[in-house]
Amino acid sequence: MPDLGKYAAEVGIAYGASLTLIVMLVIVSWVRARRMRRALQELEERRELNGKN
Amino acid sequence: MSLWEYANPKKFMQTSAVVLPIFAVFALVTLLTGLVWGFFFTPDDYRQGATVKIIFLHVPAALMAINAWMMMLVTSLIWLVRRHHVSALAAKAAAPIGLTMTVIALITGAVWGQPMWGTWWAWDPRLTSFLILFLFYLGYIALWEAVENPDTAADLTSVLCLVGSVFAILSRYAVNFWNQGLHQGATLSLDAETNIDNAFYLPLLAAIAGFVSLFIALVLLRTQTEIRRRRMQAILARERLG
Repeated sequence: MPDLGKYAAEVGIAYGASLTLIVMLVIVSWVRARRMRRALQELEERRELNGKN
Repeated sequence: MSLWEYANPKKFMQTSAVVLPIFAVFALVTLLTGLVWGFFFTPDDYRQGATVKIIFLHVPAALMAINAWMMMLVTSLIWLVRRHHVSALAAKAAAPIGLTMTVIALITGAVWGQPMWGTWWAWDPRLTSFLILFLFYLGYIALWEAVENPDTAADLTSVLCLVGSVFAILSRYAVNFWNQGLHQGATLSLDAETNIDNAFYLPLLAAIAGFVSLFIALVLLRTQTEIRRRRMQAILARERLG
């Protein structure tokens, strides 16, 4: 760990907040993408079973 | 082969499925390289001390906050002129990413400004134009959610995007337009005399490459989601009509 001296809090807050936001953005985007892919797949499979296109 | 081929949702889905993992891996590698190098292996600045390490987050985030809006401007113009749905959906997909980048730039700027300027916030031209850009992002996202018809929503948000572009450009050039305020000029320069030292420059370039490729990967992923959502809505609407 580097010695951040008297600015440890500022640097810690900047990195902590930024990385949290980035990770949250990636997770939310990925989860929504997965859910939507699955929902569309299920809908298309159901339509295929019913003989519709 | 024409660029407009990618306006076809099927073609876009096929191409993005191949390209997305490449950008995602590149983003992970460059982002980790830039941030780990910047945080652990760069010296303190003689004047700013350890706070200089905030540059590896603040500059790339601010850069992406502005460029995300510029990308939205281009895709909004394509929608308005050529009515390609994928371009409108790409603009919609980019907005939450741009908003996150703006928030990161504002937070890191505030925590960096406090020890250096003695204040968390000042009504400085660049800071103020960035705050307005943040509000435009919120308004843009809210407008997409508020309008039910997707084509009308795309029209209205495209016009909002054109108006907001003034502030995106102002955020970038505010320091040059008004030679006042606390915020300093551009961090990166082609002039070796005014550019930052290589000890900070190289990890900063890696971090910027990471933010850019993360943005591209996320825009591709979120545009895919929007295309699927639109297809699902179309199928359900057709079913309702019988």
